[in-house]
Amino acid sequence: MSGNYAWLMVILYIILAPFIGGLIAGVDRRISARMQSRYGPPILQPFYDIFKLMNKSSIAVNPQQRLYIICFIVFVIISGAIFFGGGDLLLAIFALTLASIFLIIAAYSTFSPYAYIGAEREMLQIMAYEPMVILTTVGMYMVTKSFNVWDIAMYDQPLLYSLPGIFLGFLFILTIKFRKSPFDISMSHHAHQEIVRGIITEFSGTDLALIEIAHWYENVFLLGIVCLFFASSPIIALILAIVVYFLEIWIDNNYSRLKWQSVLGSAWIVALVLGVGNIAYLALR
Amino acid sequence: MSYLPKSPWLVHYDASSCNGCDIEVLACLTPLYDVERFGVLNIGNPKHADIFVVTGSVNEQNKEVIKNIYNQMADPKVVVAIGACATSGGIFRECYNVQGGIDNVIPVDVYVPGCAARPEAIIDGVVQALGVLEEKYQNLRKVAK
Repeated sequence: MSGNYAWLMVILYIILAPFIGGLIAGVDRRISARMQSRYGPPILQPFYDIFKLMNKSSIAVNPQQRLYIICFIVFVIISGAIFFGGGDLLLAIFALTLASIFLIIAAYSTFSPYAYIGAEREMLQIMAYEPMVILTTVGMYMVTKSFNVWDIAMYDQPLLYSLPGIFLGFLFILTIKFRKSPFDISMSHHAHQEIVRGIITEFSGTDLALIEIAHWYENVFLLGIVCLFFASSPIIALILAIVVYFLEIWIDNNYSRLKWQSVLGSAWIVALVLGVGNIAYLALR
Repeated sequence: MSYLPKSPWLVHYDASSCNGCDIEVLACLTPLYDVERFGVLNIGNPKHADIFVVTGSVNEQNKEVIKNIYNQMADPKVVVAIGACATSGGIFRECYNVQGGIDNVIPVDVYVPGCAARPEAIIDGVVQALGVLEEKYQNLRKVAK
């Protein structure tokens, strides 16, 4: 890919991703409300929430917490920029993991019992989804013989046909990454409290707004990976991403939260059966 | 003009209420009233909340809890006292353990009467609280300047 085009994609991602992510969150809340036979908030409600949080005064438990949160959002943006700039998929995924680690450090820096439990549950969550994310990358490499996002996107036939197991496995861990029920064990996006929102208990005002914006960037990046499974025809890839997100909303509204043991166990079983199974098939073919 | 009135998040505390007012507060979230239409969320964490909704009267056991929740909220913040007990102590005001309404402990901005307060009255009280919230925000900005 030519350098100018890559930079254009990176700039487009940095500017547009929060708007797209916020709109997705707004539509998500409206659809969730309709599924519960409520009317639901305006589509722009997530943006109102962010601006509201920025109007509030800041309470810092630890002066360093803002620094860690800024590192979190910066590394989420970097990982998305690597991905949309057509860089190395492995690097993008590990940059995202690094971002999650900064959020955990931010939670630990507040010395709050709820933040400690939330941070521990976030780490268990990382343990649950990380094997499947890596298997997804490996699967894409085995088909296209490249870790480069641009090469994977330019592969002449849809990856979905040769990676159906990996796609289903990725969908499974996407529920964890989107922080949706039944896997929203550390930072539910619903108005919960205490343990299920433990990691953000001590953050308020602008800090909380930054975490929310980082989550929007992350969601757009993850939907980008979903699109990669059908990258040879962009329209179908977009429809695939919309269908996947709708499915996540449906799952979110229909299943109650699991214990962390079940999250970890089920995620690893899915990675082992669907992920490793698919890779074994590719290797033996 | 701030975005505070467009996204008010509540924290609800039951201070020795009989649960009558609490059920009516929760009724506001049900599909019939659905206060999320106006961006209202029952957030449960004082550090994220803008409006402190209290039901029931103050006694020796819960006055520290009420002060604690109030002090943990970020400015600008408003307090809504819901029901007869929260506004004045209600029928319990002469009990030996009851100190009276919430305003004995923290400053209250909006009083919602009723036993139990009806969901319509609670929503009206929260809407009036939004005006106070905006006013407090403008005052804070003046002080900052």
